[in-house]
Amino acid sequence: MRKTRKLQVLGAIFAISLLAVTACGSDDDDSAGSACEVGQIDGDLAMYNWAEYIDEEQLAAFAEEYGISFTLDTYESNEAMQPIISAGNSGYDVIVPSDYMVSILIEAGHIMKLNLDAIPNSSNISEDFSGLYYDPKAEYSVPYQWGTTGIGVNTAVVGDDFPRSWGLIFDPAISGAFDGQIQLLNDPRETLGAALKYLGYSLNTTSESELNEAKDLLAATSSRLAAFNTDSADEFLTSGETVIGHGYSGDMFVQFLDQDNYEDYVYFVPEEGGTKWIDNMAIPFDAPSPCTAHTFINWMLTAEQGAALTDWNYYDTPNQAALDLMGEDPDGYYDDLLDFIRNPELFAGGVDSLESIEDTGDFETNYSDAFVNAKG
Amino acid sequence: MRKRESTEHVVEVATPEFEKTAQKKEARRGLLMALPSYLYLILFFVIPLGIVLIYSFATRNRFGGTDLSGWNLESYERIAEPIVRTILFRSLWLAILTTVICLVIAYPFAYYLSTRKPAIRNVMLVFVMIPFWTNFLVRNYAWRVILGNDGPFTKVTEFFGLGTHELLFSQKAVVLGLVYGYLPFMILPLYAAIERIDGQLLEASRDLYGNGWQSFKNVLLPLSMPGVIAGSILVFVPSLGAYVTPEILGGAKTTLLGSYIVTQFLTARNWPFGAALSFVLMAVMLLMTIIYFRKGGRTL
Amino acid sequence: MSNAVEPRGLSKIGLQINGWLVYLFFYAPIVLLVIFSFSESRNVGKWGGFTLSWYEQFIDSSNARNALENSIKIAIVVTIISVILGTMSALALERFTFKGKRVFDALLYLPIIIPDVTMAVMLLLFFGEFFEILDNLFGIQLRKGFWSISISHIAFNISFVSVVVRARLAGMSTDLEEAAVDLYASRWKAFRHVTFPQILPGIAGGALLAMTLSLDDVVITQFVAGPGWTTLPVYVFGLIRKGVTPLINSISVIMLVSSMLLVGLSLLAERTRRGG
Repeated sequence: MRKTRKLQVLGAIFAISLLAVTACGSDDDDSAGSACEVGQIDGDLAMYNWAEYIDEEQLAAFAEEYGISFTLDTYESNEAMQPIISAGNSGYDVIVPSDYMVSILIEAGHIMKLNLDAIPNSSNISEDFSGLYYDPKAEYSVPYQWGTTGIGVNTAVVGDDFPRSWGLIFDPAISGAFDGQIQLLNDPRETLGAALKYLGYSLNTTSESELNEAKDLLAATSSRLAAFNTDSADEFLTSGETVIGHGYSGDMFVQFLDQDNYEDYVYFVPEEGGTKWIDNMAIPFDAPSPCTAHTFINWMLTAEQGAALTDWNYYDTPNQAALDLMGEDPDGYYDDLLDFIRNPELFAGGVDSLESIEDTGDFETNYSDAFVNAKG
Repeated sequence: MRKRESTEHVVEVATPEFEKTAQKKEARRGLLMALPSYLYLILFFVIPLGIVLIYSFATRNRFGGTDLSGWNLESYERIAEPIVRTILFRSLWLAILTTVICLVIAYPFAYYLSTRKPAIRNVMLVFVMIPFWTNFLVRNYAWRVILGNDGPFTKVTEFFGLGTHELLFSQKAVVLGLVYGYLPFMILPLYAAIERIDGQLLEASRDLYGNGWQSFKNVLLPLSMPGVIAGSILVFVPSLGAYVTPEILGGAKTTLLGSYIVTQFLTARNWPFGAALSFVLMAVMLLMTIIYFRKGGRTL
Repeated sequence: MSNAVEPRGLSKIGLQINGWLVYLFFYAPIVLLVIFSFSESRNVGKWGGFTLSWYEQFIDSSNARNALENSIKIAIVVTIISVILGTMSALALERFTFKGKRVFDALLYLPIIIPDVTMAVMLLLFFGEFFEILDNLFGIQLRKGFWSISISHIAFNISFVSVVVRARLAGMSTDLEEAAVDLYASRWKAFRHVTFPQILPGIAGGALLAMTLSLDDVVITQFVAGPGWTTLPVYVFGLIRKGVTPLINSISVIMLVSSMLLVGLSLLAERTRRGG
């Protein structure tokens, strides 16, 4: 008994002392990147990105040009990536957080200030992407790709004559005939956001009453759905599981264009407005090779690399130089890609109706709780 | 009194003192046997668990991190909310259903398996495990295709004149998926327990009782009880915390305990609440394990 | 089962049918998986013509190959260590009495009942702190990677292995073992020649379980892995988020074949060791 008791006590002391060490806090070296020069390399590149968001070949090209090796690990959501970065010692040099996550990471001090002298190509970023709410002076992040969340429809079943509105999902009068064939994203902010937009509110509201209205609407809609699903929205449409789906622009495009009957499918952002999201490149506070990271970011901001990226994942780019290159399209290589992904008909309410998701701080748990309550 | 020849070829006689030292030796051996795992688990399990326990008393700060100062019981108080109770009971029901179905399917299978010749047995066992060396997620997605609209399952039922059955995104699909995922966890311990029973006992009991059912109830079942208990626990526990299968096959339309906990950690970034929920879940499961064991007549 | 009696009549037919149905149940999705890994269409479920392109994509992707390699390496190490520790724990609990046994018993159940995500989070925090302490006190700089993943897998696998082996040991009469102790000079010999063969099915079951659990683990691995140490299930999980394509099928088939090879090789090794 004594032996095991001793061990237990030892264990407890150990645990408590660990916490004392935690309380001492970690050292955020905000200026680690400040010594980097353009094109400087200080180690291999370790990238942490969403899956299928960058071609490995593109990374290989970078690695070859600078004589280093690279690793690419993937995560499936911002919230899964953030604790790993925040815990420290993650080993990654470049991460790709979304807009609201950038503001969270800046506040927490877990991404480093960029040395903009080492990223001269940031001048390639379009004017539309300056003064972003989450990083107004663009000190911590560089836009990577952007896209929208909207509705995908199988017009062969639903017809072409429906209102370009969120009511297509939420209003039984419009889509009652398709009950059991509708899908919503399994994401509190996106889905409650859609309901909020339909009700005429901001999708970043911190009003309990507005959120409750959205929650009730969602609860009423829940029984009319086939599923809440985030990763297969586009596939459900093309496999016939659903005829009305809620999903991301790039994913929808890739899936639709792969079908023989691609003209049957339509993607649009409803007139009440929808989510516009921007993913960004950032450098964790304890990145092992910050200079390599700076060089990589700079390299990605060239016209060729920006265009290659868009051409691979079909999302829209904030890189003006890349847009120009694809617009001119000297070899006919990009094949009207821009026309397709920038079709004005995509935004039924106009580009201004789009809203970015912002972190609502303490109110954030209200969204996820409302979502759970709506499902019942 | 036993005469025992040890390596030193000294004949020892069993006296009370001798018994006592022998017992002490046994206890020490037992402790030594358990020690490596004991230490391992303390270092790599209990201590990390302690960290999370502390987090359950912390507060979520503005940007989703955890504030260790200001200990409170708020997260635990939330457990009393009605929605948590709904989720808990829903999950319990699903887990019990899954466990019972697994038991009913696995028992005859394990029994049959144990009556085969040894060479065949091993092959059969390996063939049971092989499907589970594909990725767990992918198996779920395969079922999604099978049970989906216009999928193989509904095609088969149509062929047999049973009408269209689009099981996908229903409660039934979730149970099917869970049973599929955890059946081997029931088969393996059951097999291990049944296999060591002497067939002659069963033969004798069948003669005695005259019918198979009685023989099963009074002889086979009690003898294989350790396997039943082990298998039930290995199925019930993960089923209670399952979240992948309900999401993929059930369409995430109702929230289960597993999803609820994952949501707190990975979506709401409310780690204190997630930690509190985890501990409540673990406490419930530990309690049920102890009760189950006591009923089954084992120690714990 | 020793002296097993062949089932008779109705029960025999019933048992056989049940057996076949179980295998059908187990393999239905696998067959689907394999078939659609060769399908041209991006949609799993819609046949699009035969192609090997998804396999090519896997082979071309250094990421995917790396992930597969990692998974196998980790699974081997984890299974071996878990089986040893798990069996020792089972023996300790079933054959001995010692102080603190109850606590040990309960302790072994904790890894089984803890939710995956909770274990993932706690190990993430633990390794973060642990490495920091090592750095501050000893200047040793460790990185998350192979060992953090393996240690984490072993942490839950010990319990699973012990549960299976205990089911085997429990109620197993100790007569043979006691006789062996009288006969053999050392306890170790008694164990090796008598106890061990008897519990071998339990150990084998435990090993299979441990390997499966390690190869399948996603959340825990995700949180304790380091750059370049992604395992296949984590990799597949990330892919799925972007869309379920037959690439995932082809990866699974490759994984399946690798596992079969691994087990096949170990069975072969066992046979040659025994001498045929």
